[in-house]
Amino acid sequence: MTLLSVEGLTVELPGSARPVLDAVDLSVAAGEVVGLVGESGSGKSVTARSALGLLPAKARVTGRVLVEGKDLVGADAAHLREVRTGVASMVFQDPRAGINPVRRIGDFLTEPLRLTKGWSKRQAEARALELLAAVGLPDPPRHLRQYPHQLSGGMLQRVMIAGALAGEPRLLLCDEPTTALDVSTQAEILALLGGLQRERGLGLLLITHDIELAAASCDRVYVMYAGRIVEEASAGELFGSPRHPYTRGLLGSTPPLTGPLERLRPVPGAPMSLAESAPGCAFAARCDFAEPGRCDQSPPRLLPVPGAADRSAACVRVAELPPVVATEVRS
Amino acid sequence: MSVAVAVLRKVVGMAVTLLVTSFLVFSSLYLAPGDPVSFLVKGRSPSPAELAAIRKEFGFDQPFPVRYWHWLDAVLHGDFGRSYLFHESVGAVIWARLPASLLLVGVATLLIAVVGIGAGALSALRRGTRTDKGVLLLVTVGAAVPSFAAAVLLRSVFGVRLGWFPTIGNGTGLLDELHHVAMPAVALSVTFMALVTRVTRASMLDELGREHVEVALSRGVPRGSVLRRHVFRNALGPIVTVSGLLVSGMLVSTAIVETAFGMSGIGSLLVQCVDELDFQVVQALVLLVVAVFVVVNTLVDLVHPLIDPRIAAGGGAR
Ligand code: SF4
Repeated sequence: MTLLSVEGLTVELPGSARPVLDAVDLSVAAGEVVGLVGESGSGKSVTARSALGLLPAKARVTGRVLVEGKDLVGADAAHLREVRTGVASMVFQDPRAGINPVRRIGDFLTEPLRLTKGWSKRQAEARALELLAAVGLPDPPRHLRQYPHQLSGGMLQRVMIAGALAGEPRLLLCDEPTTALDVSTQAEILALLGGLQRERGLGLLLITHDIELAAASCDRVYVMYAGRIVEEASAGELFGSPRHPYTRGLLGSTPPLTGPLERLRPVPGAPMSLAESAPGCAFAARCDFAEPGRCDQSPPRLLPVPGAADRSAACVRVAELPPVVATEVRS
Repeated sequence: MSVAVAVLRKVVGMAVTLLVTSFLVFSSLYLAPGDPVSFLVKGRSPSPAELAAIRKEFGFDQPFPVRYWHWLDAVLHGDFGRSYLFHESVGAVIWARLPASLLLVGVATLLIAVVGIGAGALSALRRGTRTDKGVLLLVTVGAAVPSFAAAVLLRSVFGVRLGWFPTIGNGTGLLDELHHVAMPAVALSVTFMALVTRVTRASMLDELGREHVEVALSRGVPRGSVLRRHVFRNALGPIVTVSGLLVSGMLVSTAIVETAFGMSGIGSLLVQCVDELDFQVVQALVLLVVAVFVVVNTLVDLVHPLIDPRIAAGGGAR
């Protein structure tokens, strides 16, 4: 079943030159791990937040965000609460900022259970202990009494994940869940998320700026640029043969001369800010293949790639671009 | 470090501060212009022998450290000496006027807490709306109005013109006293209220923008609970700190307000005794204000770790 289905979602903020999201289509099915990749400002976090009804209050929103078939755009408070407490939840990037520093870990975990489900303190604490054990923390009873500053970043991100699991959600949204952590902890957290996802059959939306991470851990990947989805493909296909010039840039498809590290080099040029807009393809200013007269007419639509089932790209020249030199996969 | 040790350290620190203050208070009055002896002999021209006798009687003939020691010893035993002006012990003079001032400060504190924190929180939640702009305007005006100007204005409008409130005196009986204290309390609180409103607003806005607030909302915690349990709760730190500073500021301002409203309290007493060079009373009052300041700030320091566990007990909130 489709857990999350975003259909033509457009979000406009007053005073910005282009929409934050422009006709975004995206779906996550039960048991599926989906990646959403883009630079900061591409709209990936806004897209994820829309699945919890967390769009900015001033925003003008059109389109639909269906969570288990029910639209969240314009939903009332009761419906939003139902989704947030039992269907979908989010693991945020920085647990230091995301968990109230002046309250105990136990408060963080039990608060929604007690306030929205009316559980007793005992019930909620028993559940919190289970959750802390499920995310692999060593001493749940002690952690319950601790304050966030007494835990390391990695442990605290586990607490954040435990909190996200409190309501037994079916859809887990992970917004750069490892970016704030040091490298050795990142792999642990990813492994934990992967394990939980398989164990519980969760639909998981992984938001990241790291396309290789997405390719390595997801079934399907969307690439976003300036508020639009520019490419969608299975992880393997995307990584093996990126079609959109932006995806190619992200993967550094020209073979590196100096080894894999070089591939972390960002795409040259700066992403388009909310104060800018373009009549045609938003990526044109940074695109090696941009062709005046074709790319700057109207925004290219996300269309199936000719000759490749199940993948699409938003580029007018996608069919004529040279194939990508095979890149080595990061082990 | 255990909490008990931390508290002990604070208390010792407090005692040292008070001791230093007592020395400063004692010495500053002897360095200030106006010889206490010349006040005592006002209007007469005593012979050198008489002067010497007076000096001896009040201990002015002894060296400074000895005088300080005697004074401190007496103060520690609750004896602040005798008032030249009232021919009574300083303790009795202050004690008689303290309740009125406490009532005034108490009512003003209540006003500041309820209106200041309420308005600050409201304008933070309604940021950018007309309510917010209205509050900000009032805050700017309020902060600029000195308490004596507020006193004069309130007296002439609500006291003289409308006749709603008495313009002078303390009143008798609790209700009458409250009636009398209403306008002075407003006059006293205006400036501080503006300050508390501003601090509350800034602190709330700070906390409203925190990511953990969005996280709590994303988990379905009702908005009201999020505002109470996360936003306001986390915003308390600066509000408590500034409130601690206000208490002693208010005590000092009672001097102006009580005088303006012809009330009898420790504020008007201070003005009177400074005018009349009644040193013993002035010393005791200054010491009292400083003691309140030090005690309140020690309390604030001790409470801070409870508000924010990241501040270790005893580490201080500075
Ligand atoms: S549409 Fe043109 S500018 Fe845009 S990505 Fe394709 S080739 Fe580049």
